[in-house]
Amino acid sequence: MVFSPAITDLEQLKAHPAVAKLLDWNPASVAGARFDRDEMTIFVDRSCIREACALLRDDPSCLFNFLSDVTCVDWFPAEPRFEVVYHLLSISKKERVRLKVRLDGASPVVDSVTPVWPGANYFEREVFDLFGIRFAGHPYLVRLLMPEDWEGHPLRKDYPVEGYR
Amino acid sequence: MAHLTPTPVLEPGQDRTMILNMGPQHPSTHGVLRVLLEIDGETVVRIMPDIGFLHTGIEKTCEAKFYQQVVPLTDRIDYLCPMTNNLCYVLAVEKLLGLEIPAKAQWMRVLMNELTRINSHLVWLGTHAMDIGALTVFLYCFREREEVLRMFEAISGQRMMTSYFRIGGVALEPPLGFFDRVREFAGYFPDRVDEYENLLTGNPIWMMRTKGVARMTAEDAIALGASGPTLRGSGVDIDLRRDMPYSSYEKFKFNVPVRSEGDVFARYLCRVAELRESIGIVRQALDGMPEGPIKADAPGIVLPDREKMKTQMEAMIYHFKIITEGFAVPAGEVYQAVESPRGEMGYYVVSDGTAKPYRVHMRAACLANLQTLPAMCEGGLIADVVAAIGSIDIVLGEIDR
Repeated sequence: MVFSPAITDLEQLKAHPAVAKLLDWNPASVAGARFDRDEMTIFVDRSCIREACALLRDDPSCLFNFLSDVTCVDWFPAEPRFEVVYHLLSISKKERVRLKVRLDGASPVVDSVTPVWPGANYFEREVFDLFGIRFAGHPYLVRLLMPEDWEGHPLRKDYPVEGYR
Repeated sequence: MAHLTPTPVLEPGQDRTMILNMGPQHPSTHGVLRVLLEIDGETVVRIMPDIGFLHTGIEKTCEAKFYQQVVPLTDRIDYLCPMTNNLCYVLAVEKLLGLEIPAKAQWMRVLMNELTRINSHLVWLGTHAMDIGALTVFLYCFREREEVLRMFEAISGQRMMTSYFRIGGVALEPPLGFFDRVREFAGYFPDRVDEYENLLTGNPIWMMRTKGVARMTAEDAIALGASGPTLRGSGVDIDLRRDMPYSSYEKFKFNVPVRSEGDVFARYLCRVAELRESIGIVRQALDGMPEGPIKADAPGIVLPDREKMKTQMEAMIYHFKIITEGFAVPAGEVYQAVESPRGEMGYYVVSDGTAKPYRVHMRAACLANLQTLPAMCEGGLIADVVAAIGSIDIVLGEIDR
């Protein structure tokens, strides 16, 4: 398995249907793209994520109709600190694409994609629980795994592995 | 730890419904699932799963371990299919490393994975039938499962938490006579599946309890993120082994059972058909098992043989360095998905170039499948909730991680 070096230049990646569709819809929605290890990542502007998901789900050239996963990566102490990661799968085309939204540590809020995929419900609640990202428009944003009275968000990098004593 | 939708506050005068608590110690919840049922007589108005009782913070623990130390943790996520978890994780790290895996190791992985699928489906079939009231099937299934677990013990030293896969290959050469033992099992296992089917498939009580029960449409299943037999039982034809092959699955021939009914019986038929397909893959893996090494030739990543370690200076240095310092993985990120017995299991591994993973996230098939419960059960009877929970084959270890 030898992969060619990562491509980060948006100009070279314009041919990808998902990138092309998003640029066609709203050039400001794509903040960047990266093709690495045969995996496509598109950085989406935080204000556009819900519309971008709906677009990629319904567009006949993309048809990313299945939301595999929603998770988050904390790049503490760098800013913008959080990257919310969406993994989309096209069941008919057997393709995957990864969408990312960058959020700063001061106000980690992003639109929920539950209106697009009801299945995002648990995934977003898990991210809220473990990272403290708030999803605007989520039907029931409460802790999923940790006890309801827990303080802090364990998967943040400034949270010690052993917990607070 | 809370529910899919807010707990209702009942207005006085509107108190037609009542809340019934089921679990977390209820035997039919397959672990520690708590379900709140809002019921109107015998009819379920709303169903609210409550999870998190088994949360151990495995994702956080992974960030504090070396890459090779994460493998045993992955066993503990879905304890009914440890090798599928091992495989998914090592594939992700190997993709980050750009490591080439020898053919024999890949085929061994396929062989062990399908045995794991059989093991997991046997537990599912036994407990699912027991939930609905067919006690005998449980004993029959565990008879065959015992043989699979003994084979796991023979090859890895452990019955359940096998940790048999390594980054770069598999841990050990299979012991003498192992393949003959698997071949013998593959010889009689289809007859045993006939036995289970004789007990259930045409059984009028079984059909009454499962046919037309807990129906889900294909659109609902896709929108809710269901995968695996839960999705294929609703008529969506996708199997990652065939459609996005990994670990040389493209060299195997097998059918993907799909049923369009979307009820408990359809999911049952899908899984039973998968048992037969899996044993077919096991047979193909035995027949075509290539010769060669079981580990990649990557001295800084794969531990050297014990013999070499004791006789060669180089090997000893590598051993020491891997154990004490780990190995650096190039920065990047990978999402690797495999078809686990329960659906799409994905590992999202992010590396920052050091010897410890920056972030490991497991996409649990069960977590998404559990969300389909309201779509299946609301409007149905309480007794059917038990059938529905059994039919999505949940493992709470994977849901809570």
